Amino acid sequence: MKSAPSPRRATPSWRHFEHRADIGVEGVGDSPAEAFAQAALALTAIICDPTEVAPKQAIHISCDEPDLELLFVDWLNALIYRMATERMLFSRFDLRIDGARLQANLWGEPVEPERHHPAVEVKGATYTALSVQQHRNGRWRARCVVDV
Amino acid sequence: MKGLTKHSDTEWRIEPTGAMRVPVVIFASEALIRDIDDKVIEQAINVAGLPGIVGAAYAMPDAHWGYGFPIGGVGAFDADAGGIVSGGGVGFDICCGVRTLHTGLDRAAVLAVQKELADALYYSVPVGVGSTGAIRLDHKGMDAMLEGGAAWAVGEGYGRPEDLARIEEQGRMAGADPSQVSDQAKQRQQQEMGTLGSGNHYLEVQAVTEIYDAQIAAAFGLRIDDAMVSIHCGSRGLGHQIGTEYLKRMAVAAPKHGINLPDRELACAPIKSQLGQAYLGAMRAGINCALANRQIITHLARRVFDEFFGTDLELLYDVSHNTCKLEEHVVDGRRRQLYVHRKGATRAFGPGHPDLPPDLRRVGQPVLIGGTMGTASYILVGTEQGMQLAFGSACHGAGRALSRHAATRRWHGRAVQDELASRGIVVRSPSARGLAEEAPGAYKDVSEVVLVAERAGLARRVARLEPLLCIKG
Repeated sequence: MKSAPSPRRATPSWRHFEHRADIGVEGVGDSPAEAFAQAALALTAIICDPTEVAPKQAIHISCDEPDLELLFVDWLNALIYRMATERMLFSRFDLRIDGARLQANLWGEPVEPERHHPAVEVKGATYTALSVQQHRNGRWRARCVVDV
Repeated sequence: MKGLTKHSDTEWRIEPTGAMRVPVVIFASEALIRDIDDKVIEQAINVAGLPGIVGAAYAMPDAHWGYGFPIGGVGAFDADAGGIVSGGGVGFDICCGVRTLHTGLDRAAVLAVQKELADALYYSVPVGVGSTGAIRLDHKGMDAMLEGGAAWAVGEGYGRPEDLARIEEQGRMAGADPSQVSDQAKQRQQQEMGTLGSGNHYLEVQAVTEIYDAQIAAAFGLRIDDAMVSIHCGSRGLGHQIGTEYLKRMAVAAPKHGINLPDRELACAPIKSQLGQAYLGAMRAGINCALANRQIITHLARRVFDEFFGTDLELLYDVSHNTCKLEEHVVDGRRRQLYVHRKGATRAFGPGHPDLPPDLRRVGQPVLIGGTMGTASYILVGTEQGMQLAFGSACHGAGRALSRHAATRRWHGRAVQDELASRGIVVRSPSARGLAEEAPGAYKDVSEVVLVAERAGLARRVARLEPLLCIKG
């Protein structure tokens, strides 16, 4: 994987983008790992306010994929799977990407509807509007539409 | 749109060019075609280029931008002509659908206890993010459910045998293969049996407010002011996981099958390949999961109605609108076995179809079109003409007009709830933001959609239903 040409350090960020039936998540950071972590935060923000999710419990996720775009969708789907099966929300993500392998530590807490007011559950990450790209300023952007 | 020609007041076509093997046919009015997303047309053109497609790639009047296939898309494939099965053509929520039940009550009886009934249903039916069902299945039980569908649920005590005749496939999709469903997908379903989900899923108590066809309405047992229950949900976590896993497997295997995907979401495999067969086995298990789920939720609603009124709920019909099914259709005078994908489209079989229950066969299939919590739902009937037009398919709902973000910018959940309350509709939901995202104004006009479906000949309107109370995820 090409490394970033040591860009000026900037605050990582996330946002949602429009899709008529569903919603897109986008993360931006100085590395693919940082962009992936921000996109995960955007995913949580579809469901609830991420600042309301306390990073109390940790879990670990790892994925393998031959390219960064497939790895990105795999990462989000692994996250969606853990949210669904463990009935948890996550607000802190620490990722490492070595070649085709992603290792992540996540922190969050069990869903409490009365406190988190979850708006909608996420069914799966899709290949629609999928891209993981490094921009001319050196920053990485990872995005795709998720099915809700 | 270049290449789009008007064929009639309700039908638009794009003749094949480039990689297209068949035309695109869009059923829409002038108004609907004006507002149609360019992506719908692009996606329908992509579908028209898939191997083994027969007839045309169809878009229903409620079509909007989907994944690979447009939502509101119909495509039929012939296995003997190299036809494919597509995970994107079914969707993530396999067998999402609607069932509608008679309460035997009228509107006044419901209104007398409207809030209490809403509360009781809200507490009885698990709804929203993080909710869990009361049923836990071990490995054997899970596989039995995936093979048996609603028939399994009835065997477990959730409902009555006579319910099954009023469900597509008599409540059990044949050919399900639980061994093709991953342990992860089964694990994801562990706590979700009998849960409604979130987003546009709902349980509503509705009143019949208009009858368009008295004869068919009588055959369906519908009268003005009748109170009905409608349930809209699908295969929950299991279906989503199957969709996610097979989409990837199909996308990765496409080059090996000699399939060039213009869009990865169109991921598909030849029906006659190992992967195609594996997906069909898993997808059919997903169909059974959805049928079992709607059956269990029906059981939960029945308990509440029994407690409140001492009455039972009688199933009118259960339709699925995210499926791929092997059906016989007559094409150019020849009977052919086709794998019909309906992605956000409702099966709408006309009179005389052998798959309909004997007591409905004469009139045609009830076609249940869900609305939004503030607008109407419709009951249509399948027509002979619809069998010829789009393999016996019709629209499935209103279809979104605004994104979730645009909806939350325009409305607040509490205000949506208050506005509906001022119109006599009681809404219960765990999430105010969820209500804003699903605000009635965020959807297309369902009345226009069904009117166009009728004018196009896809299905005919029988009755209009308006919500009295809505349980929303």
